[in-house]
Amino acid sequence: MARRYDTRTTIFSPEGRLYQVEYAMEAISHAGTCLGILANDGILLAAERRNTNKLLDEVFSSEKIYKLNDDMVCSVAGITSDANVLTNELRLIGQRYLIQYGESMPCEQLVSWLCDVKQAYTQYGGKRPFGVSILYMGWDKHYGYQLYQSDPSGNYSGWKATCIGNNSAAAVSSLKQEYKEGEMTLKDAKCLAIKVLSKTLDMTKLTSEKVEMAILTRNNNITDTHILTSVEVEELIKEFEKNEAAAEAAKKEQKQKS
Amino acid sequence: MECLIGIKCNDFVMVAADMTNAHSIMVMKTDENKLHKLSNKLVMAVCGESGDTTQFAEYIAKNIQLYKMRNGYELGPKAAAAFTRRNLADALRSRNAYHVNLLLAGYDNQEGPQLFFVDYLASMASVNYSAHGYGGFFSTSIMDRYYKSTLTPEQAYDLLKKCVKEVHRRLIINLPNFKVQIINKDGIKDMPPITAKGLATELLD
Repeated sequence: MARRYDTRTTIFSPEGRLYQVEYAMEAISHAGTCLGILANDGILLAAERRNTNKLLDEVFSSEKIYKLNDDMVCSVAGITSDANVLTNELRLIGQRYLIQYGESMPCEQLVSWLCDVKQAYTQYGGKRPFGVSILYMGWDKHYGYQLYQSDPSGNYSGWKATCIGNNSAAAVSSLKQEYKEGEMTLKDAKCLAIKVLSKTLDMTKLTSEKVEMAILTRNNNITDTHILTSVEVEELIKEFEKNEAAAEAAKKEQKQKS
Repeated sequence: MECLIGIKCNDFVMVAADMTNAHSIMVMKTDENKLHKLSNKLVMAVCGESGDTTQFAEYIAKNIQLYKMRNGYELGPKAAAAFTRRNLADALRSRNAYHVNLLLAGYDNQEGPQLFFVDYLASMASVNYSAHGYGGFFSTSIMDRYYKSTLTPEQAYDLLKKCVKEVHRRLIINLPNFKVQIINKDGIKDMPPITAKGLATELLD
């Protein structure tokens, strides 16, 4: 009888919970990590790449970061096939707005529309919710650079820096510690992203093939989105390791003095 | 038959619309308002089939208000014009097309004043000055001669007067009164209407 309330998404449990939605959220906490950081002069998304096999054909240069329209990029954590359906829907929503109003869709509206779709799957019977959380970064003329997160229940929220996927709680707390409010440049944000990823990914050495990163900046009234090449990521990792080694050396020196 | 005129200068845009409502050969009234407020800094001048004009203007105005309520910010003039054109174009390809011609005049806080010409076939153009109707044949050439983007509101108003005078002199149709509005960074303001009576007394002075 334990499964009485979790076989169909539309049924509340006696404690007032929707189990299928909670299971979907659980699925995401096992997925590859994604993080986003808002800076004064831009914004970035970084994601962990799980499928690294040298036999894998390089059809996609990026596996988890998708461009949605001229002004928005998203990164997904969760079931990849579900994510494909949702990114397709996001692009459609964006294009529908573009054809109706002749300009790019404001960020929050796009996020909100997609969340309506996600919510519907937690209410109408016979379907399961999407097992996907999404981080969105974008620019619009109303609120400038923005970072949003959405989850399978259809909730969404705006952030200065956040993380979804595996070990995200730890990443969020270290972002909270290191994020300097109002003083972040995109360069700082890149370093911070690598630092936090290397902590949360729990690997001895971070490599460029494990990390995807995309940046979004605004130059001459045009939004530039750029997915970093593996060379650029490698450079960031090298710089991070150099800084780390320097910090370590300084610590040692301090110890010897005392 | 009807006449709409619009002028866009460096920091304002001014529109004038005749106030005549005619059916067949009969003039029904001469104090009709053809300028519709869409939002705080956006005006739509409408002429064409008389039922269609009100219906379409109200539909667009309410949808633009709805957008503001849903999102907490207004649609800019450019987006509003694109939205209007799209609705007109979709209706044109259905069984119930609207026969309306429009001038959209608005002020964008970032991009400044804007003026759009839209006709009943849903073609749209961003213009510095433009006119609809038979009156347009005369007023366009006058604006060709005297338009400068540096005109002050007073000069632009005088230019509109020149156009209306020519309409009175050369057009066979009787369009005595024109309602005028100016849209700038502070919003929409009514200007004194240009009337045949007023122009006549001016001539006497």
